[in-house]
Amino acid sequence: MSGAAARNRERGPFGRLAWGAYAAAMDLPERPMRWAQARLRDGRLGWLFVGPNLIVFGLFTFLPILIDVVFALTGGTALLPSQRPFVGTQNLAQLLACKNYLHPSSCYDDQFWYGVWNTAWFVLFQVGLMIVFSLATALVLNRKIIGRGFFRAVFFYPVLLSPVVVALIWKWMLQRFGVLNAALQGVGAHPVDWLLNAHWAFGWTVFVSIWAHMGFYTLILLAGLQAIPRDIYEAAAMDATPPGRVFWRLTLPLLMPNLLVVLVLALIRAVQIFDEVFVLTGGGPGSATTYLVEFIYNTGFAQQVRQYGLASAASLLLAAVLLVLTLTQLGLTRWSAKRG
Amino acid sequence: MAERGGVFAMLTATRGRGRFDWTDWATYLYLAFGVFLMFGPVLWLGVSSLKSRAGLDIYPPRFLPYERAQVHIPGVDRTLPLYRVTAGPLAGRELAQVRRIGLMAQMVDPAHGGTVIHVPFRDSRPVLRLHAAWSNYSALLTKLDFPLYLWNTVFITVVATVITLLFNSMAAFALSKYRFSGRGAVFLLILATLMIPPTIVLVPNYLIASQLGLTNSLWGVIWPGVATPTGVFLLRQYMLTLPDELIEAARMDNASEWRIYWRVVLPLSAPALAVLAIFSVMWRWNEFLWPMVVLNRSSKFTLQLALNSFQGELATQWNYLLAMTVLTLLPITVIFLFLQRYITQGIASAGVK
Amino acid sequence: MIRPNLAVLGLAVPGLAVLGLAALTFAATFAPAVAAHAAELRVMCYSDGNECAVYADLAKGFEKQHPDVQVRIDTVPYAQITTSLPVQLAAGHGPDIARVTDFGATGKYLLDLRPLLPDAAYWTREFGPVLDWMRQGPKDTGIYGLPTQLTITGPFVDKTLFEQANVPLPGPKATWDDWAAAVAKVAKATQTPFGMAWDRSGHRFAGPAISYGARYFAADGTPAVVDPGFEAMASRFVKWNQDGTVEKDIWAATGTGYRDAFASFANGQIVLYLSGSWQLTRMDKQVGNSFDWVAVPNPCGPAACTGMPGGAALVGLKGTKHPKSVAAFLDYLAQQPVYQAMMERTSNIPASASLQKASLHYGLSAAGNAALQVFLQSVQSLSPIAYHLQGYKYNQVIFNTTANRLAQAIAGQITLPQAYARIASDLRQQLAAAKQ
Repeated sequence: MSGAAARNRERGPFGRLAWGAYAAAMDLPERPMRWAQARLRDGRLGWLFVGPNLIVFGLFTFLPILIDVVFALTGGTALLPSQRPFVGTQNLAQLLACKNYLHPSSCYDDQFWYGVWNTAWFVLFQVGLMIVFSLATALVLNRKIIGRGFFRAVFFYPVLLSPVVVALIWKWMLQRFGVLNAALQGVGAHPVDWLLNAHWAFGWTVFVSIWAHMGFYTLILLAGLQAIPRDIYEAAAMDATPPGRVFWRLTLPLLMPNLLVVLVLALIRAVQIFDEVFVLTGGGPGSATTYLVEFIYNTGFAQQVRQYGLASAASLLLAAVLLVLTLTQLGLTRWSAKRG
Repeated sequence: MAERGGVFAMLTATRGRGRFDWTDWATYLYLAFGVFLMFGPVLWLGVSSLKSRAGLDIYPPRFLPYERAQVHIPGVDRTLPLYRVTAGPLAGRELAQVRRIGLMAQMVDPAHGGTVIHVPFRDSRPVLRLHAAWSNYSALLTKLDFPLYLWNTVFITVVATVITLLFNSMAAFALSKYRFSGRGAVFLLILATLMIPPTIVLVPNYLIASQLGLTNSLWGVIWPGVATPTGVFLLRQYMLTLPDELIEAARMDNASEWRIYWRVVLPLSAPALAVLAIFSVMWRWNEFLWPMVVLNRSSKFTLQLALNSFQGELATQWNYLLAMTVLTLLPITVIFLFLQRYITQGIASAGVK
Repeated sequence: MIRPNLAVLGLAVPGLAVLGLAALTFAATFAPAVAAHAAELRVMCYSDGNECAVYADLAKGFEKQHPDVQVRIDTVPYAQITTSLPVQLAAGHGPDIARVTDFGATGKYLLDLRPLLPDAAYWTREFGPVLDWMRQGPKDTGIYGLPTQLTITGPFVDKTLFEQANVPLPGPKATWDDWAAAVAKVAKATQTPFGMAWDRSGHRFAGPAISYGARYFAADGTPAVVDPGFEAMASRFVKWNQDGTVEKDIWAATGTGYRDAFASFANGQIVLYLSGSWQLTRMDKQVGNSFDWVAVPNPCGPAACTGMPGGAALVGLKGTKHPKSVAAFLDYLAQQPVYQAMMERTSNIPASASLQKASLHYGLSAAGNAALQVFLQSVQSLSPIAYHLQGYKYNQVIFNTTANRLAQAIAGQITLPQAYARIASDLRQQLAAAKQ
C-alpha cells in the first residue's frame, strides 16, 4: 500500500479520524478470518462472508414463513406453536366463507372482505392516479426549466417523511376546525367532516399516500426520460412529426420499461398500505378504510381474543398476491431487457 | 415547426429557443401548484407548531402565530384576556375580561382598573397579537421525555445502519467476487426475500423476537431488518463492475481475503455504500409497525411511536404534538438539504426506496 | 451518475458510524450494570389522571422499607395495555405488575398472591367483591391483584351552556330520551356543535342499554347480547349519531379500538359527556373553571337508571422472578394509610369497604367534590346485570364487538339488523376461538 500516506494527506483531519476508526474496527476480525482462510478450501470462504446475512434472513424471514404456515393451520389463542391445537384448513375456510364475494357483509368474516375490497379499490385508484401524476411531473421536470433541482427536491421531499408524520400533518389540516374547512368557509361553502364520510375518508387515504410517495416514482421516470437519446427527438422534429404522435410513438414506448417498474413497485407497496392510514383514520369510518394489513394487525394484535391463526392465514393469502406481483416484475424486467 | 414548438417541447424537452409561450406558463403554473401542494402542508405544520394552545383555538386560523393578548391588572393574581368592544356605548375600547357568565362578560378597563363593567359577550372580540410560542418546544424537553425518544431513535438508526452496511457488503463481496458451490442458490434465496415483506411475518417475528429475548429491547428493532435484499443486490451489482485485477494484485501482496474485502473492495464501493447508508437511515428513522409491535415500554419508544401514542393521549394538546412532529421531521429534512443531490441521484439509479 | 467525491462521504459515514457504535455499545453495556438492584419490579402502568406518578411516589416509601427492591413504573398509553400486554404475556415477556382493566385477557397469567400475603383475610375483607372480578370461576379463591379504584360510568354536563340556553337541567328520573332532547335544544340555542358524546366503548354503552332493558345474558347464564332492550338503545344511539345529537366523530371516525371524548367536552364542543368517575382529576385540571361542569345521576330507562361499575387493578403476573417482592409491594399499597393516600391523591373511589364509609380528603375543587358525591350515590342505583356483566370473563369481547359494529352502523356501512347479527356472530366466533 504505497499510496496510503499520500491518500491520508488527502483526507484531511476529519477523514483521517474516520479512516482510523474504520481501520481499527475492521482489523478486529482479521485473525479469525485468516485462521478460517487457512483451513477452508477456497470456495468455502464465500459462505463465511454471506453467513451473517443468511442467518438474519433465516431467522427473521424464512423461519417466520414456516411459522406462519403452522399458525394458519392451528387455532386457539396461544402464541407458542406447541400449545396450539391443529385445526387444518379451518382458518382459511373461515376467511373464504362467503355467500357473495362482492358483498362483504354476506361473508362469514366480513372484516376480512372489507379489507380485501377496500385494498383492491385503493390499489386501483392510488396506483392509477399516482402513475399519471408522476409521469406528468416527470415530463414537466424534464423540460428546460429554471431551478429544476429545487423543484425536483420539493416534489421528492415528502418521500422522506415518516408515515406517522405524514398522517399527522394531514390530520391536522383535515380536522373539523382545520385549515381546509376554514378555507371552504372562507369561500362561502359548508365545512365538511373529511374523515367521517366513508367516501371522503377513502379519497383522502388515496390522496395522502400519493402525496407521500409520488416523488419517488417521479424520480425513476425522470431518470428514464433523461436516458432517452436527444437525437431521436431531433430526428422527429426534422420530420415534423406531430407532438402527440411523438409522445405516443416515441416517448411512451421508450419509457415503457421504467413505467413497468414503477407500476409493479407501486402495486407491491399499495397492497401493503398500513402506516399512514392507521394513524390518519384508524380504519374508519366504520371499516371504510380498513385495509388488509390493518385487518391482520387487528386480528392478531388488537383484539381481546387474539386469533393468530386467522391473521397468519390472511398473511399467507397476501403473500400469494405479492408473489404473483413480484414474479410479474421479474418477468417484465427480463422481457424489457431482451427487448432493449 | 414554430407554431407547434410549444406542445412539442412539452413532450420532448426541446423547447423552442427564446420564446416564453403558453406551455412555459403551464409548466410554471404546474410547478408553483406543486410547490404549494407539496410544501404547503409542511410549512403550515411548522407555523402551527409555534402557536400557543389559545392561538390554535382561533378560528378561522391565522397563518402567523397569533394569540389572544393578555394583560396584568394590579390586584388580580392572573393575567386577563383583552377584548375589544365592538358595539354599545363602549365600542372601540379595549377591556380585560375577568370572567364570563353565560352571555354576559365582566370586564375591567386596564387603564383604570377596579370597577367591573358588564358587557354582552357577543359585543366583544378578543384582541390578537403576534406571539411565537417557543415554549411548545421547551416543554417537550422537560415534560415529554423527548431526548429519550430521540436517543432511542438515533441509537437504532446508527447501529442498524452500520450493521446493515457490514453484513450486506460482506454478502455482496462473496456473491460478486467468489465462485463457490451454492452461490447461485444463495443469490436466488436473497432475491426471494424481496417477496416477503415484513408485514406478513409480523406475528411469527414477534414470537421469534420474544424467544430470543429481544422484545422491549432496541436490538429487537435492529436485528430483523439488517439483512436487506435491496442492499445486497445494490452492492453486488456495484462490486461486479470493480476490476478483478485489483483483487489479484492484492492477493499477490499476500493480503488476506478479509483485508482485501475491507481495504480494497469496500473503499472502492463507497458510492454504493453511501446510497445504502442513506436508505438505511431513512428506513430506520421512519420505521413504525414493527417497533410498535416489539417495543411496549415507553422508556424504549422511538420518536415515531411516541408521536403515535401522543396523538391519542394529547388530543387536547395539539401544540405539543405539532412541535414534536416538527422535531421528528427536522433531522431528515436537514440531511435532505445537504445530501439532496446524492439522495435523488442514488434513488434514481438504484430504483429502490 | 454518482460523483467520485462521494467516496469521501462513503468512507466517513461507515467510519464515524463504527466509532459511534463502539461508544454506544460501551454505554449500553455498562449503564444498566451500575443501576442494577437485587430485585427490580417492572410495573406497566397507564394513567387516567395522575395515577402512575402517584404510584411511583408511593413506591419510594416501599423502597425505603425494602432497600433490596427497586420499583420501576413504565407509563404507557392505555392502548398499549389492551393491545400489547396480552401478547407480551403470551410470549412470556411481561412485566412483574401491570395496571389492567381487562381481567379476561390477562386471566391465565395472573399470579395468585394469597399464599404470599401475610394477612389474606384483610384483603378479602376489604376488597372482596372486586377480587371476584379477577377470578377464573366460582371455585377460584385466589387473590390476583390490588383494585386501584372502583369506577362508575356516568354523564358530565356543561351547566354553563344549559344556563345560556335557558333550558332547565332534566331531573334525576329523566330518561335518556329526555336528556337527548334537552341537550339537542341547548346545543342549538348556544351554537354548540353537538349535544353529547359517549366514549367509544361498549362498556360505556352498556349502562344506558341495561337501563333500557338489555339483559346481556340468557336465562342459562350464557352471553346473549342482542335483545329488545339492547336494540332499543342501539337504535336510539345510531339515530342520535345520524341526526347530529351525538358527535359522530367519536364512534365512527376510527375503525376499531377505544377512544374517549374528553377533548370535545373540555373544548366546549358538546353539552353532555358520558364517561365516568375516573375523569375527575382530568376535569379538575383541564376544565377547571372555564365553565361550570357537573356530574349528573345516570339517566333512566324503563328498566333501570344504571351506569356500569368498573375498576382497574394492579395485578401480579406469573412470569415474575420476584413473586415475594410483588406481593410485598402490593400489600404495602393495600394497607389503609397508604391506600387512603393513593385514593385521595388520585381522586378515585376506593374499592376497600372501610374507606368507602370513611370520608376522604380529595384534593379536588368544589365542583370536583360535588361530582364525586354524585358518582358515589350512583353506586346505589347500579343494576345487578351491570355487576354481572362487569365480572364476566369475556366482557371485552362483548364490549369490542358492540363498539365496532354499532360504529359501522353509525357510519352507514351496515344496517342495524346486520349489526345485531354481526354482534351475535362475532361473539360466537371469538368465544369459540378462545376456548379452542
